[in-house]
Amino acid sequence: MSTTAAEPQYKVLIGMEIHVQLATKSKMFTGAANGFGGEPNSQVDPVILGLPGVLPVVNKRAVEMAMMVGLALNCQIASQTKWDRKSYYYPDLPKNYQISQYDQPLCGPGSIELPLSDGSTKTVRIRRAHLEEDAGKLLHEAGMTDSLVDLNRAGTPLLEIVTEPDLSSPEEARLFGEELRRICRYLGVSHGIMQQGHMRFEPNINLHIYHNGKTVKTAITEVKNLNSFRSVERACGYEIQRQLTEFFANPEAAVSQGKSTRGWDDDKGMTLLQREKEEAHDYRYFPDPDLVPLHVDSGWVNDIRSGVVELPIARRKRYQEKLGLTAKEAFSLTEEREVADLFDRAAALGAPARRLTNLFLGPAAKMANEAASAEAATVLISDLPVTDKQYAKLAELIESGGISATSAVTVFEYLVKNLDADPAEAARTLGLVQVRDQSQTEAWVMQALTGNPQAVSDYKNNPKKKQASLGFLRGAVMKASQGKADPKLVGEILEARLNALAADGA
Amino acid sequence: MINELSALEVRNKIASGELTAQAAAQASLSAITQSDQHLHAYNAVFADRAMEKAQTIDQSKAAGKPQGLLAGVPIAIKDNLCTTFGATTCSSKMLQNFHSPYDATVVKKLEQAGAVILGKTNLDEFAMGSSTENSAFGPTRNPWNTRCVPGGSSGGSAAATAARLCAASLGSDTGGSIRQPASLCGIVGLKPTYGLVSRYGLVAFASSLDQIGPMTRTVEDAALLLQVIAGHDPLDSTSWPEPVPDYLSDLDKPLQGVRIGLPAEFSGAGIEPEVSGAVAKAVEFYRSQGATVVPVNLPHTKYGIAAYYVIAPAEASSNLSRYDGVHYGHRTARPENLFDLYAASRAEGFGPEVQRRIMLGTYALSSGYYDAYYLRALRVRQLIKQDFDRAFEKCDFIACPTSPTVAFELGAKSGDPLQMYLCDVFTVTCNIAGIPGMNIPCGFSQAGLPIGLQILGPTFSEQRMLRLARMYEKNHDWHTRKPSPPQA
Repeated sequence: MSTTAAEPQYKVLIGMEIHVQLATKSKMFTGAANGFGGEPNSQVDPVILGLPGVLPVVNKRAVEMAMMVGLALNCQIASQTKWDRKSYYYPDLPKNYQISQYDQPLCGPGSIELPLSDGSTKTVRIRRAHLEEDAGKLLHEAGMTDSLVDLNRAGTPLLEIVTEPDLSSPEEARLFGEELRRICRYLGVSHGIMQQGHMRFEPNINLHIYHNGKTVKTAITEVKNLNSFRSVERACGYEIQRQLTEFFANPEAAVSQGKSTRGWDDDKGMTLLQREKEEAHDYRYFPDPDLVPLHVDSGWVNDIRSGVVELPIARRKRYQEKLGLTAKEAFSLTEEREVADLFDRAAALGAPARRLTNLFLGPAAKMANEAASAEAATVLISDLPVTDKQYAKLAELIESGGISATSAVTVFEYLVKNLDADPAEAARTLGLVQVRDQSQTEAWVMQALTGNPQAVSDYKNNPKKKQASLGFLRGAVMKASQGKADPKLVGEILEARLNALAADGA
Repeated sequence: MINELSALEVRNKIASGELTAQAAAQASLSAITQSDQHLHAYNAVFADRAMEKAQTIDQSKAAGKPQGLLAGVPIAIKDNLCTTFGATTCSSKMLQNFHSPYDATVVKKLEQAGAVILGKTNLDEFAMGSSTENSAFGPTRNPWNTRCVPGGSSGGSAAATAARLCAASLGSDTGGSIRQPASLCGIVGLKPTYGLVSRYGLVAFASSLDQIGPMTRTVEDAALLLQVIAGHDPLDSTSWPEPVPDYLSDLDKPLQGVRIGLPAEFSGAGIEPEVSGAVAKAVEFYRSQGATVVPVNLPHTKYGIAAYYVIAPAEASSNLSRYDGVHYGHRTARPENLFDLYAASRAEGFGPEVQRRIMLGTYALSSGYYDAYYLRALRVRQLIKQDFDRAFEKCDFIACPTSPTVAFELGAKSGDPLQMYLCDVFTVTCNIAGIPGMNIPCGFSQAGLPIGLQILGPTFSEQRMLRLARMYEKNHDWHTRKPSPPQA
């Protein structure tokens, strides 16, 4: 970590500001369609254009989505909230003020228990979350002296979430961002497509350095507009090193300067000081007289609360504690809500969790992965045409010994290709119904033994290779049976035969 | 003489077949052609469109279709109401060539009711002023004396209505901009309760104070126009969601036992004796009709102008920040950079009064001054509201002058903004409190200039307020007097 000879003692403090675009049908303050893209300036109306005489009207659904996120982050929902104008001139902001929430945010203090990579959790406090409208975009095309303005994004509902500086490493900053994305996707309030700017991150970073017997705080830097988790982690890492280096180069200067704003250059992998505006920022906030304060009664909050689904953190915990899955399995299954929901529905039909997990993370994950193509960059397990009932039946079939785990892979592939097929029938059609006939299994064992004399010899004479050759031979038996043999029976007969051979001497 | 008819009479005569909408429109258009060169009440006249609309009304009537409340009535609207026809200029160079892609809600309502919109009337730039001298396109003159101002900011609508260049008109009122020009031009002007009429499509000056209202020659017409334009609009979050009462059916029933409050603060220094005399006579009339006259106190009135000139410019500075030369409106010819584009476009596009108010408002909202100015003004606003609440426990309506003076000559006050601001001394508190207020003609000065009585009432008291005004109108003939045709 350190760039100096003596290992410096310091603490990292990172607070995050996250802008989440809410996936409402219409924009924050008007009925124009939300969901930019398409021809520039095609998703606009007089309100978005800031024409003379227009008035904003609050999108109730955006308020509800913001409440959902607030509740998921255990925030207090304000009983009354209001709208304020934040003034600044820029060509992507047609009114030259942004409607935001200044001193009465919809969501007050909250916190989440963020799971860390070592299996522990960390409390991350949320300071506030408020609603506002997004700005448009400026396009600077090569060879043109003028800039072009595209207002398709203008007016998109934005939820700005602000955390306390509780994150202590670049990795924690990334994990928080990823968890927040999952939460938003679970709640259906955002598609969370980072490349499209659905979420933008602004970490605020500084260090508490123990220097000459004192704790010294470096000046806070805010890194603007990061739109990938990787850049969040890298930018935070860069800033920590930069602040450390600058501190030890000139301790006084590094501390006395005020908060600064930096941009992230992804190619160079470094942050750059952004040009400070000529005059100090004065946003001249005041209550928007075109909008009335919003009263949020407890009935409304409860209605919204009842619509908040079980979130990924809680679901992972349940999978581990109640279903006995590993942390990694629980994490994989809960990454996407649709997959976890499918899993839960299949489990609710009585399917054993272990078999189900193996099906999901084995053949299903593999086939989903293979199905991804240029048109569909990601195919989820839940996108495969296999229903909860089919999963449940297939898992039961494995559990009861009706088919082997190996055969289950083949049956699963069959189910994907043959809509609505019954797993048991599929197993019969494929000839994969497990055979537990003693003499037939003996025959397969003998076939494997005679076909693999070297392995038999290793088993008998080479203690180092004994286990490996047993495993090899077991596989050979299953292969001889085309996967139909009962593994348990195979094991018993195989070991009995080998031990008999060994006792005979060679 | 068609142009002498009230809006209600025009409507009724068209309905009965005595008159056609085309004849009514033609009569107004001819009068405009004849007289408006001397008055400059209109910024734009849509003669062809008006005749087509009138023809449509006549055809629809001939086909036996049901007709709206204003079928065939020629109406003028203030040029700060957005229309898809013609420009919406706000009498500003900034919006000289701005064409709105949508119609204001009141414009839609007027046309749905069958009104024939003749044209758009002059105003003080962005409705900021009390004389219509702040128009980028030149002042409007008072039909009673063309050396005098018509008042403002809805001076064009007032002059057009008084001079019979339309049957009735719409204005907007932020601090008196309907009532004061109505007073100076001798017509009826009603500023409704905040929220009664949708502001969607009214180019905003001060959003928490602006209201659109009727400017008419009779109280009946004010009731008729209000009936058409009032009502909830889902596009305006501040619009009142309750149903609109019937303003017309009981209009002729006198109010019994009404209590009229006389505020001590609305008398004394600064009021011309002829004005106070005429207002006193009007109050006497009500007493003779059985009204009780009670003294009331509005102790914070003296802070009204000060609070108004913080709140209104503060909101204006924000509302007008969109006129930046980037997306629409005036843009400077050769900007050197973005800042220059903003600064030069705005310096060229806005007149001095608009610039003054933007600077005042920006200052009042600035960090370090917000508490001392804007927040303090909001506290005064609360106190003024409380004054009215308490006064309306003692009385049903308040009577006072609308303007301390009759119409003054052009140029008399334009060099002194403070003198001009004091024109609104009796009208601003009504906007600050959000209550309705109306002007009715109550006499003439020796010099032949109109004097107006202002009636203020509690929120949503328009129905009874109109009845009170109608009581006076039925027994007086000021409203039937007519200015002689203007000459150069």
